[in-house]
Amino acid sequence: MRKLFRKLAVTITAIAMVGVVGFSASVVAGGSDLEKGKKLAFNKKKGNCLACHTMTGGDMGGNIAPPLIAMKARFPDIAVLKTQIEDARIKNPASFMPPFKPHGILTDKEINQVVKFVHSL
Amino acid sequence: MKITMTATIAALAFSLMPFTAIQASPADDVKAFQGYFTNKYKDTKLDDYVNGIYSIDPASRKQWVEIEEFPPYELVVENGEELWNKPFANGKGFKDCFKGDIADMRAKYPHHDDKSDTIVTLESDINKCRTDNGEKAYGWKKGKIAAVSAYVAYQGRGKDIAVKLPSSEKELAWYNKGKTFFYAKRGQLNMACADCHIYNSGNFIRADKLGPALGHPSHFPVYRSKWGSMGTLHRRYAGCNKNIRAKPFKAQSDEYKALEYFQTIMSNGLKWNGPGARK
Repeated sequence: MRKLFRKLAVTITAIAMVGVVGFSASVVAGGSDLEKGKKLAFNKKKGNCLACHTMTGGDMGGNIAPPLIAMKARFPDIAVLKTQIEDARIKNPASFMPPFKPHGILTDKEINQVVKFVHSL
Repeated sequence: MKITMTATIAALAFSLMPFTAIQASPADDVKAFQGYFTNKYKDTKLDDYVNGIYSIDPASRKQWVEIEEFPPYELVVENGEELWNKPFANGKGFKDCFKGDIADMRAKYPHHDDKSDTIVTLESDINKCRTDNGEKAYGWKKGKIAAVSAYVAYQGRGKDIAVKLPSSEKELAWYNKGKTFFYAKRGQLNMACADCHIYNSGNFIRADKLGPALGHPSHFPVYRSKWGSMGTLHRRYAGCNKNIRAKPFKAQSDEYKALEYFQTIMSNGLKWNGPGARK
């Protein structure tokens, strides 16, 4: 009887784990570019924009760089924003901002998603 | 024609001016480095910078003062004292290498050794003493080396940080190597020591306030809560380099020795206060 319970417990745990993994995978895979961009911007190992910039929706944003707000007014041309995110050294060679594109911190696809999100703020 | 000539000469002289200004002496560097912070944080006294972030952040200082009541490095210092007094297999011990009053030891490092043209650190001399006496060198970043270093630092608390300013060509080469390391951007994230700990000291990186570079080396080795153990200055350097996604150099590499030399010179005039406790 006890053996049966143990087997049952193992099976249930296994099913639960598959479920969780499957679910989180679908969360990562799904969603619009805007949502993906937001995740990348908050992720410490990816964009990590929150480390230096405060923005709506993110906790404990840093104050090293300007808050990301009214972005459409500040960057009417989204291409200018994209260049800034890709390589901030073009405008300011001493910039503290990591060169996301030339240093391969984010892929082109990821940069496009981050740009879409940041422009929406 | 004459006017044009004069104008050209004047223009040339002006264009050359910045270059002459770059050739600052180490003494000028110390003045500028310390002046930057004393000007930025009017409420912090110069001798308080040895307390790192807590010298500019009253909020976290309270917690730290409480931690210091029962310092997490206390047992490590005791362990270091035991190792200091324990004879090697040949009957000799650290006391035979480090002659004189132990209270004066910490303040003797780092220094430039002309004969070997290198920067001698407390940790490099601890291990040299061991290998000279037929013992195996300690690991460089934590464990026993940090314990012995902590004991020596503890005994040397309150002594002046007074590294002899570089003047010979060799000394200046080491100094400039360390200075360049400090100000050069590196790693995938393209950041310099100075980016965080000079220009952005006092700013928040997410929820963490960035500490000032002035006084950095004074309190090492440190017990870091994040590590859950004691580590040397070079262990911390390696961690910093990993954070900015740069390949860390080895502890006691020329790069880190030069950086320690430069940083300690920038803290000349403060007091040694190791070992420390940090987040």
